[in-house]
Amino acid sequence: MTADVTGMAAVGARARQVAGWVRRWYGASPLHLLALVTAFALAGYAVRAVVAAGQWRGFAEWFIVAIVAHDLLLFPLYSLADLPLRRLLPRHLTRPVSRAQPRPGPGDPAWATAAGPHPTVVSPATHETGWDHLSAPAVPARPVTEPVAGPPLLNYVRIPVAFSLLLMMVFFPLILGPSQPEYHRASGLSTGPYLWRWLAITGVMFAISAITYAWRLRRLAARDRHP
Amino acid sequence: MAGLKDPRQRVTQLGRAARRAARLQRAARRRRAFSASAAAERARAAALARRAAGAARHPAGHPPPGPFRAGAWRSPLRGLWLTSVLAAVLLAGLAILTVTGLLSYAAYDPLLPGNDQTPGAGLLKFCLFAWPTHPSWLYRVDQGVHITLGLALVPVVLAKLWSVLPRLFAWPPVRSLAQVLERLSLIMLVGGVLFEFATGILNIQNYYVFPFSFYTAHLYGAWVFIAGFVIHVTLKFPRMVRGLRSRRLLRELRIPLAGTAPEDPDPAGLRAARPAAPTISRRGLLAAVGGASLTLVGLVVGQSIGGLGRRAALFGPRGLSATAPHYLPVNRTAASIGLTAADVGPAYRLTLAGTRTVTLTREQLLALPQHAAELPIACVEGWSVSCRWTGVRLADLARLAGMPAPAAARVESIQQVGSFRAAVLSAGQVADPQALLAVTVNGHLLPWDHGYPARTIIPNAPGVHDTKWVSKITFLKQA
Repeated sequence: MTADVTGMAAVGARARQVAGWVRRWYGASPLHLLALVTAFALAGYAVRAVVAAGQWRGFAEWFIVAIVAHDLLLFPLYSLADLPLRRLLPRHLTRPVSRAQPRPGPGDPAWATAAGPHPTVVSPATHETGWDHLSAPAVPARPVTEPVAGPPLLNYVRIPVAFSLLLMMVFFPLILGPSQPEYHRASGLSTGPYLWRWLAITGVMFAISAITYAWRLRRLAARDRHP
Repeated sequence: MAGLKDPRQRVTQLGRAARRAARLQRAARRRRAFSASAAAERARAAALARRAAGAARHPAGHPPPGPFRAGAWRSPLRGLWLTSVLAAVLLAGLAILTVTGLLSYAAYDPLLPGNDQTPGAGLLKFCLFAWPTHPSWLYRVDQGVHITLGLALVPVVLAKLWSVLPRLFAWPPVRSLAQVLERLSLIMLVGGVLFEFATGILNIQNYYVFPFSFYTAHLYGAWVFIAGFVIHVTLKFPRMVRGLRSRRLLRELRIPLAGTAPEDPDPAGLRAARPAAPTISRRGLLAAVGGASLTLVGLVVGQSIGGLGRRAALFGPRGLSATAPHYLPVNRTAASIGLTAADVGPAYRLTLAGTRTVTLTREQLLALPQHAAELPIACVEGWSVSCRWTGVRLADLARLAGMPAPAAARVESIQQVGSFRAAVLSAGQVADPQALLAVTVNGHLLPWDHGYPARTIIPNAPGVHDTKWVSKITFLKQA
């Protein structure tokens, strides 16, 4: 009994020692290694079938191109496309206010001005942007005076643009028509209508965006009239 | 990982690595005898020295310029919570996508001879089973979910990749063997998901630009993806749970742009080191992603649910393309296979081969007992529609051929070239009283494009197994 316990303790200590050795050499627990090796084995088995089917070359090319196309092409492109939007669009359309002293509210640069000792506001003409998406560094600027700014315009433009481009990215074979021959053979129809549908949907998205923006402006105006 | 962010700690560690390298090199020199262990030790020492030297060239504070600098990533929205929310949606969504996809593979009955598009799948066929004929809507729902959900997940996948993209440029790129393997496993995950989405989305639009067979590549690509997906979830699940707990979703959804602040720093380093002022709130980003998903769903889902929705499916590849009055989309026109009046005119013959061979004219076929069935026809491309079909039961035709209970049946089309011009049906499919050799659809004679003069319609089978322009049915003793 005692011998068993000592033996088990020795085995346990040895196992811990091996685990510790693997951890030092490998950088994570042995289970981490085991799980990854299993995953690679499964993927390798699938690739073996691709090779057996004689299609490994195109398969590998598309696999790698898919990653490169997203990470090193699509992502930089949409990040860069966002830059001019952020630079050129006035971040806030100015709107007339009926009161002499507008009450600052969230979303108004005036609010930021009122809140901090060092007023900061993003000025579209001068701010320097990171190349990264969805951000705009704040730089010190002149304090905001009358007329006071409306809600930020940027998202009311870039969201419909993004929706429209997403639709184009997903359905370009139908919208731009490169799949027309096979599509016609299969369905007996033309891809022609899809371009018009895409244009119409894009228009509707911009219209919804404009209406929402107008509604927000009105709501702010109403708040100014009845504080 | 987080510890290395601190330059002081990094310097100490570098010093330690360099000292260790020198010690190992000395030890290796001391050992005169050339042995495997000494060689390994020398290699390790050299590697450590190289690593120390490399790190000295680009110490943590000075990685190469561009995206490798932590300061290049400015978005204040990135962080563990946002990534975890998107991850949770993908975890559920991609799991459903995988299961529906594998079910769809089983629906083709690849175990029957002649149906298999993936003969090399080997052990990957473990998930196959005899595809049932009931419920008759199963394949329709399965494939509709697969296509619609796949499209809905496109914006989520893009957002998730956006949220973690700084990690691709993490510096230094290599910290340990474990980390190298983990990064390599991301090739299976990211490559797999992009490969599967790209091939699937192109296929539903009949844009066959890929240099491989869609069925083969989409299945094997799925298995590479599954390997990457399972390992990623295994390794990252605890971190995702921690991320989800770091903020309350409902509270986050009430924070407007003005209140949007960066998340707390996380060990994964997802939060920007130098976050800029936000231009959109976190809820705004989630709403945009969710809105894009719903828009895509709204533009296609009608092709799968039918009714009024079919008119709304502006981007369903077959949404508005149906021909009145059947409103039944076409997959492969009579013109595209070169069907002529001679093929389907008075010279048309249907051959039934069993223990005896029977040849029927169209009139003789119509004189057999006719049965009706309300059955959906569902395409692998996602569209489906329920129709009322009438025709002769396959079971009756089997009896005519002298084989009342065949093990399988091979249905061939007049079509001479192209994929799916023949399909092998299982014993269950032939025996099902709803499985018909149909001659009418929705009260009309079958139009040419829908398989005039006769086509099979099998409950719960993929549309391509409902063979059009049937010329011969061979009933088999053995499958």
